[in-house]
Amino acid sequence: MRQNLHRFFRAARGAGVHVSPAESIDAMRAVAQVGLTDRAILRDALLLTLAKSQDEKLALGDCFDLFFSQPEPPQDQAEANDNDEASQDADQSPSSGSASEAGGGQPQEGLGPLAQMLLSQDRNAIQAAIASASGAASLSDIRYSTQRGIFSSRILDAMGLQRLRDDLDELTATNPALAERLRAALDALREAVRDTVSQGLALYAREEAENLRNEILRNAPLARIERRQVAEMRVLIRQIARRLRERYSKPRKRQRRGHLDVRRTLRRNAAWGGIPFLTAWKRKHRDKPKIVALCDVSGSVAQVSDFFLLLIHSLHEVVDDVRSFAFSSHLIEVSEILEKKSPEEAMAEIMSKVGFGSSDYGSSLVDFEKDFMSALTPQTTVIVLGDARSNNLDPRADILRRISERSKRLVWLNPEGRLAWGFGDSEMPRYATFCSVVRQCATAQQLERAVSDIVATYQ
Amino acid sequence: MADQKASTSIEAVESGLAAQGYIASRQIATAVYLSQQIEKPILVEGPAGVGKTELAKAIAAWRGKKMIRLQCYEGLDEAKALYEWKYAKQLLYTQILKDKLGEVLGGAQTLHAALDQLHDFGDVFFSKEFVEPRPLLQALEQPGGCVLLIDEIDKSDAEFESLLLEILSDFQVTIPELGTVSAITPPTVILTSNSERDLGDALKRRCLHLHIGFPEQRLEERIVESRVPGISQTLRRQMVGFIHEIRSLDLKKLPSVSESIDWARVLVLLQATELDTEIVKDTLNVLLKYEADIEAASPQVTTFIAKAARSNVFG
Repeated sequence: MRQNLHRFFRAARGAGVHVSPAESIDAMRAVAQVGLTDRAILRDALLLTLAKSQDEKLALGDCFDLFFSQPEPPQDQAEANDNDEASQDADQSPSSGSASEAGGGQPQEGLGPLAQMLLSQDRNAIQAAIASASGAASLSDIRYSTQRGIFSSRILDAMGLQRLRDDLDELTATNPALAERLRAALDALREAVRDTVSQGLALYAREEAENLRNEILRNAPLARIERRQVAEMRVLIRQIARRLRERYSKPRKRQRRGHLDVRRTLRRNAAWGGIPFLTAWKRKHRDKPKIVALCDVSGSVAQVSDFFLLLIHSLHEVVDDVRSFAFSSHLIEVSEILEKKSPEEAMAEIMSKVGFGSSDYGSSLVDFEKDFMSALTPQTTVIVLGDARSNNLDPRADILRRISERSKRLVWLNPEGRLAWGFGDSEMPRYATFCSVVRQCATAQQLERAVSDIVATYQ
Repeated sequence: MADQKASTSIEAVESGLAAQGYIASRQIATAVYLSQQIEKPILVEGPAGVGKTELAKAIAAWRGKKMIRLQCYEGLDEAKALYEWKYAKQLLYTQILKDKLGEVLGGAQTLHAALDQLHDFGDVFFSKEFVEPRPLLQALEQPGGCVLLIDEIDKSDAEFESLLLEILSDFQVTIPELGTVSAITPPTVILTSNSERDLGDALKRRCLHLHIGFPEQRLEERIVESRVPGISQTLRRQMVGFIHEIRSLDLKKLPSVSESIDWARVLVLLQATELDTEIVKDTLNVLLKYEADIEAASPQVTTFIAKAARSNVFG
């Protein structure tokens, strides 16, 4: 059983639950206390010791159900496993022994153990053999779906497929009916093995596959991802948001050791006649980030703006003061829409209001200056997200200069590559002179870095 | 054999808590049993009012142990949670003992000799007598063990979490002047959190993690039954059914178990025999704590009552 638990921990890691060695020791102790007979209690015990949040509990619960729905070797077999872990041979021999006993009276002497097992149709023995063979083929190392074939054949080899083939050839000559039966049984066996491998893939390879997919997704240009990937990307953005939150939601007060707060010290020590037993130090209060985001939602930039707004609005703990504006040909405030509605609905509404027009940076900036200039304080970071392609209309860079002067920082995130800045109708070089930072922001990874840097300036 | 013992022990926990008026689900009972067996604290998470604090009280009452409670808040520090020196007492004693000190030091000719003599007395003023134990230290010093409830740990600062780590894993604390104080009997530690902020991994790793959500209908009926014995069965079914309907709404603050119990009490006080629109609308403020929530729920009241009554017939 210990072996089984270890495999379960691996599967749990595969499901994205972080199981440290210490936690696995705890789980072992807990399992030793509650025993294995009652599966509901076992499940509770493992969930209590291994999972450390509600999400992890759900994931681990699923993993538990999947894991224990696997054909388990019969009980006595499992105990044999415990006693001696020289897995394959030791397991193979008792099962083949029992199979030959069962088929002892029948005329199939001289067949290999696998053939006898298949013909005697001892399902428990077959499943046990598959389980131990997948142990021998180290199925828990499976990582990618393309490895399915090789693992299947490894398992079949470990079960003695070679011998079975020889038996089949022999039987086709001597006893065609029996050969037919054996062939059918072999097909069934192949199917069973394929199922086992698929399950193994689902159990052990999830993390790896997810890492790979996330890695690809992180570096894919946001503007051109496919529709089916949008949902995955949203999940990824939420993960990024969580990471940023964890990193930056540290307490905002920091003691400044060495600067005595005289007034508070005197007050605190009034009871002892002003003799300073307790000292009070000055504290420095850090500002929470204030962010004003101006997002271009025209054409190709829209998708990037969507993810950017999603990210910035899921950073509540870190950034509580965000005002977002969307524009293409004119500009509106969208903070409220984003706060109240689900991301999908909010984006649809924003698009219906301002989206899909041809972008006009000049008049959008005029709109901003007219109505919202008061939103800017010396603590505000202004983030403009757009490709700065203004269809050859007046860029009104003078307004951008005033915005820059009123705010703490002005960051421009451009989904286009540096190479394209300044070509065609791009006004980027002209705007860039007034920005504190201009950076490319086309993939989720760049988005994360950009937002992380912005928040870090307030720490 | 051990397995049989385990499931009976878990049932014993359930019935023990039930005797104190706390109806625990199987999961909660397993957590309590395990925390006792492998000596680990339980970290309880869940929405407000589902009985996280009650659990600690029930365990203390069941085992007949003292409960020591540490309420966490922002700015809670060592001096308030762990121990503090009794400065005033130290000061007072030095004043009173001034003469005595004079006598002791009288023989010394030089300042150096006086200092040497003073050293012989050791750290009289930094001994156990001058330590004011705060909840955490108190909990370790209980000879018969106790239940230590660290309430709303998510409200405290991240630094405070690190302070707890030593207590949680080894049941000991280190006081620089005195050395390490170990627990006489390891206390049962319960931490509660409303998930206002994510707790550190180090803290989570040292605990069993128990999530208490809103209970199922049956369980909640049993809870109401044990807490408000005067309520009739029909009314109980109806009101719990109604609350479950309310929880399906998108509200600012969903009514939790403590609100159900309050509402049951109110209904009994008003001598209601079954739910009707009138009485529900009048008492909705017991259940919902925001004006906006009440406004959102009011139009649905009649439908919900009907639904609750229907489920009552079939259930």
